[in-house]
Amino acid sequence: MADEVILLDFWPSPFGMRIRIALAEKGIKYEYKEEDLRNKSPLLLQMNPVHKKIPVLIHNGKPIAESLIAVQYIDEVWNDKSPLLPSDPYQRSQARFWADYVDKKIYEVGRNLWTKKGDEQEAAKKEFIEAIKLLEQELGDKTYFGGDKLGFVDVALIPFYTWFKGYETFGNINVEKESPKFIAWAKRCIQIESVSKSLPDQDKVYDFIVEIRKKIGVE
Amino acid sequence: MAANQEEVKLLGSVNSPFVCRVQIALKLKGIEYKFVEENLAIKSDELLKYNPVYKKVPVLVHNDKPISESLVILEYIDETWKQNPILPSDPYQRTLARFWSKFIDDKIVAASVKVIHTVNDVKERAKNVEESIEALRILENELKDKFFGGEEIGFVDIAAVFIAFWIPLIQDITGLQFFTAEKFPKLHKWSQEFLNHPIVKENIPPRDTLFAYFKAHYDSLIASK
Repeated sequence: MADEVILLDFWPSPFGMRIRIALAEKGIKYEYKEEDLRNKSPLLLQMNPVHKKIPVLIHNGKPIAESLIAVQYIDEVWNDKSPLLPSDPYQRSQARFWADYVDKKIYEVGRNLWTKKGDEQEAAKKEFIEAIKLLEQELGDKTYFGGDKLGFVDVALIPFYTWFKGYETFGNINVEKESPKFIAWAKRCIQIESVSKSLPDQDKVYDFIVEIRKKIGVE
Repeated sequence: MAANQEEVKLLGSVNSPFVCRVQIALKLKGIEYKFVEENLAIKSDELLKYNPVYKKVPVLVHNDKPISESLVILEYIDETWKQNPILPSDPYQRTLARFWSKFIDDKIVAASVKVIHTVNDVKERAKNVEESIEALRILENELKDKFFGGEEIGFVDIAAVFIAFWIPLIQDITGLQFFTAEKFPKLHKWSQEFLNHPIVKENIPPRDTLFAYFKAHYDSLIASK
């Protein structure tokens, strides 16, 4: 019996991008369904009644919500190739810790960079750069957070790179200047086919951010 | 002595529900460990060394290697010591366990703790009470067996120790009754079963000390208005 895999997603979502990358890394065929977040499909509401959010991975009719949980599920089920989590329990714990750190720091703080002004924005700038620098430190001399190849933390983090033009323009920061190694890592990641074919263009995401800012009245 | 069991240390605080989770998991697996009570007002060099990112407890230190964040620690414990598994073996069941534990942290713990901290803001407090009730309602509907883990306690039950022990305390301290047996019959029954579990019973902190600690904190918040 062939597997049926569906991804309910929204193209600029960094969380959706994580699942796209994981599926691509494992060579899994799936159906991509674009959701209109102002008009959520009955399928989305049925598959994620608790949060009513994307992304949702549906495997043979069973839904998995929360991107990092979905990526771990993919890694555990399709365990024959491209492992995303290391096999050693301690290394796994560190990968989970840093992926969780990305969740706690990058999305919310990044959002504040393009939605806030004045003191709040200044605070966000400081926090964002600190987080990037800490991640850069954690990367160290490794090619990827996963070592020689893409791992769980890389998958968790690289999608946010597509939002950097927006973060930098509206947040008035220059990430390359502050953390050149971080940008070098990001550029290495997007050379990987599973990553590049899963991520939208930075310019396209930037235009999306410009639209949202108008809609929510940030100018 | 097994290589897995050389030196296990837990940096914690007896008042913390997150530390409690780790203690239950360690005891469930029969792991010997040293508990180091941290003074969170004056953080020790050891805590700062082992958790430089958040400077918080719990931190599990196994053979000098630290792990932080309670749910990450629980997964590590389950993967390292295989007896009495706390996560299911089926990948889909595991995702459900992870989903609900995250739900408890993001929705129930967060809002309930804010109920204490918003003592001086009536509107914010009401909002957080509402959010707690809504999240508890969702969890109430989810509970199908004796425990979230089925016949035996598992990952979600351990994560939910906050609901069984700390939420009733929050109610007593604030005088706000939002987690009632009337509204949440299944969760209340679950609480009783959970708190009576032989391992859990011995690893929750003494109620009086916990109450005194949080009441003092609460009173100081009111006084600072």
